[in-house]
Amino acid sequence: MTDATANSTGGTPGRNAGSLFDKDPRTRKRNAAETRFRMMGLAAVIFGVLCLVGLLGSIISNGVSAFSQTFIIVDVFLDPAKLDKDGDRDPDKIAKVTTFGYAPLIATAMEQAMEQANISIEGLGKKDAAELVSKEAPAQLRNYVLNNIDEIGETVRFKVLASGRIDGYYKGRVTMASAELDRNVSPAQLQLADQLKAAGLLSTGFNWQFFTAPDASDTRPEAAGLGVAILGSLYMMIIVLVLALPLGVAASVYLEEFAPQNWLTDAIEVNIANLAAVPSIVFGILGLAIFINMAGLPQSAPIVGGLVLTLMTLPTIIIATRAALKAVPPSIRDAALGVGASKMQSVFHHVLPLAAPGILTGTIIGLAQALGETAPLLLIGMVAFVREFPDGPPDGFFDPASALPVQVYNWTQRGDPAFVERASGAIIVLLIFLVCMNALAIVLRRRFERRW
Amino acid sequence: MSVSIITLIVLGIAVLGFFLGRQRALSLSASSGKRLHSLPGYYGQMVFLFAAVPALLLMTAWLFMQPILIEGRISANIPDSVIPEGGARSLVMADVRRIAGGLDALIADSGMTETALDQMRADETDVRSQLGNVGVALGSDVPVQVFEAAKEYRASSKTGSLLMSIAVLAVCGLFAAWSLLRISPDQRARNVSEGFVLALLVGASLVAILTTVGIVTSLLFETFHFFKLYPAREFFFSTVWNPQFRGGSELGILPLLWGTLYVSFIALLLAVPVGLMIAIYLAEYASKAMRSVAKPAIEVLAGIPTIVYGLFALITVGPFLRDWLAQPMGLGNSSSSVLTAGLVMGIMLIPFVSSLSDDIINAVPQSMRDGSFGLGATKSETIRQVILPAALPGVVGAVLLAASRAIGETMIVVMGAGAAAKLGLNPFEAMTTVTVKIVSQLTGDTEFASPETLVAFALGLTLFVFTLGLNVLALYIVRKYREQYE
Repeated sequence: MTDATANSTGGTPGRNAGSLFDKDPRTRKRNAAETRFRMMGLAAVIFGVLCLVGLLGSIISNGVSAFSQTFIIVDVFLDPAKLDKDGDRDPDKIAKVTTFGYAPLIATAMEQAMEQANISIEGLGKKDAAELVSKEAPAQLRNYVLNNIDEIGETVRFKVLASGRIDGYYKGRVTMASAELDRNVSPAQLQLADQLKAAGLLSTGFNWQFFTAPDASDTRPEAAGLGVAILGSLYMMIIVLVLALPLGVAASVYLEEFAPQNWLTDAIEVNIANLAAVPSIVFGILGLAIFINMAGLPQSAPIVGGLVLTLMTLPTIIIATRAALKAVPPSIRDAALGVGASKMQSVFHHVLPLAAPGILTGTIIGLAQALGETAPLLLIGMVAFVREFPDGPPDGFFDPASALPVQVYNWTQRGDPAFVERASGAIIVLLIFLVCMNALAIVLRRRFERRW
Repeated sequence: MSVSIITLIVLGIAVLGFFLGRQRALSLSASSGKRLHSLPGYYGQMVFLFAAVPALLLMTAWLFMQPILIEGRISANIPDSVIPEGGARSLVMADVRRIAGGLDALIADSGMTETALDQMRADETDVRSQLGNVGVALGSDVPVQVFEAAKEYRASSKTGSLLMSIAVLAVCGLFAAWSLLRISPDQRARNVSEGFVLALLVGASLVAILTTVGIVTSLLFETFHFFKLYPAREFFFSTVWNPQFRGGSELGILPLLWGTLYVSFIALLLAVPVGLMIAIYLAEYASKAMRSVAKPAIEVLAGIPTIVYGLFALITVGPFLRDWLAQPMGLGNSSSSVLTAGLVMGIMLIPFVSSLSDDIINAVPQSMRDGSFGLGATKSETIRQVILPAALPGVVGAVLLAASRAIGETMIVVMGAGAAAKLGLNPFEAMTTVTVKIVSQLTGDTEFASPETLVAFALGLTLFVFTLGLNVLALYIVRKYREQYE
């Protein structure tokens, strides 16, 4: 460390022998250590960035296929003998035919389609051919018939979902080799699918249903969608926004502008700091014990989720709002007070509007956090299997619903690998929402931020 | 009357009150020739606040208290004889609520009249199939007492709601009228309404305290219940976790704590060195351009929800570790393992450690660096021998905060660590944590009287105490350190 002194006193032997530009072993060692240290730092940064890339890459590569879906086009003859035995087109009687009554129609239609396209494959029965079509298709047919009763007796062209395994075949999840071992699909069925594709009866398209359809049971992953989850998350975000924003702003205004220095203020401040660090699952326990067990609110309802997430988001919003209020210079307050405004007027007429962009940014970031939160929602029953869409607000706040992150968790707990693809797809949807919210926050900050 | 209609009416009265109050203040001032003390809007605002706030507060409190009171009364009336063997009163009460809900649906759907319902008796009509028709499925036939209790529950709820509508509207009207009549030109309306607003602000900031009180009381209360059913000594010192839903479970916390600490330890082992090196590199070495790219990229990691990390552990890291490390080395063949959860959690904590340490390193005064360089030290020597020792308390605080995060983290361990409670050292084995067990004991149909469910509250309390302790310690250290240089 002390080259200069060493040189002048000549204490180190051999030091004066060479030029200053020749580095002695000790300097070289120190420089090498320096480079090593620097490289370690660079490696850490690269590792961190790689983690981000790997994380997003793995989710996207697994999930992007959830956005496309294989469909089969079939011309189904809506047989009056099966759907409307009496022939009087009575909607009530037709409604009595369950989805089981519609399955044979599809089987017949598939058989005809194979005949017309001249497809024949060894060892493939009528039942096997019908298995190419999703179990969801009869329900689709039934809904169509109930809405268009006068079309009974006609042949209607339907675009129905292909079953999960056939869909997986075109996404590379199912192969001929794996089909040999699979009870749910045979190689012959895959050949049939290939020939149907060649005949133009089987196609792959964008999966709009993924955003609109409700969850589906374990045996029909191809029909599972995020409709209920997106709606449930939206409801919860509305509740969080309506409750957390006014409460958070009011609390911050009090703490920042009015609170006297006393034990109560200290207690509130300590509480807020601690709440920000309480594990989220503890908030779930709170929701279960207080909102569901004590207040008797329904399980799996967006209202309970919204309340729990509100309590979780409050500290975030309060901290952001206080920072925004602090950033407004005291001269604004002094000027308002100087022209005769009351303290309350100076805050509500001048300080708060100037702090609004900061408050909004903080709120959006808090909402984004709440949107991705899973653990507390598991405890208040949001994991339930919900196929019914909740009503419109405000009654819908009390209906059972799901939430985006919980739906992801739910799908990962199921056996069929097709659900893993769905879960990753749902994560992509969630991340897109988060990116949009954060981008909005950044835009707001850039656009309205004022430097004093 | 539904809650939303009452709310709308109350708000309507309040808005009307605003205009009336303003009008009254103006006309009184004109007729008496006195100047108003405050701007006319403040008289209106005063009436608005008096009309809306007490009524809405009353309604919230009522909605919260009514089910508690009614259930307490009805549950006391149910005789012990109808409670099934081994079942609990709370299950019967759940049935009562479902039947009461079903009766409402029955009236709405099948056009049954209230009188017909009054005469309906569980031993004469087949209540179960009738309710089944309107979509309320019951597990067994309904005992007479339970059905009567359900009817009473329904009746009390209806009376309760009716009373609530009357009380809320009365409070709203009375307060509105009272504040309206009190208006006079001399009245200090601005001071009154500002005082009111200030009270509301104080109330809003008390929500934080109420939340903490709610958390602590609910945890303590149910934990107390748990220790009445299960010995505390066993809970804290037993090394076996084996819940049986038929009773006779062994609920020792030690294996769960061990799993939690093991996973957190691995996570910190990854996150602390990497996070610290990132902070050092970005603060001391990186060019401005690099810093402006790398810092946000790493902070994005902090904004990603934990469920994403959980899925990453489940579908990528877990299988990778199993196929490339655990199986070739013969150490296990489970894709969920301590190492999986630990590594993924470590990735999650990297930005946490790095941004906290970044702040701390930047807070070390430049004069200390200059002094070190002046003595001829290289940059890395300065960092290792001057900056890090100076920043040490802050870094320790950051590590403690990260540890408290790791202990309380749920989704990654639920999806990555597995569910088997054991005390082992092999990081490729599945182990479980406190948070995983809270989730598994409390999801699904839960019955609140059994120790198997209540144990989740004891676990939650343990978790709360642990994380709170770590946080308080960390904040104390960080704060103490900050004072040194300011």
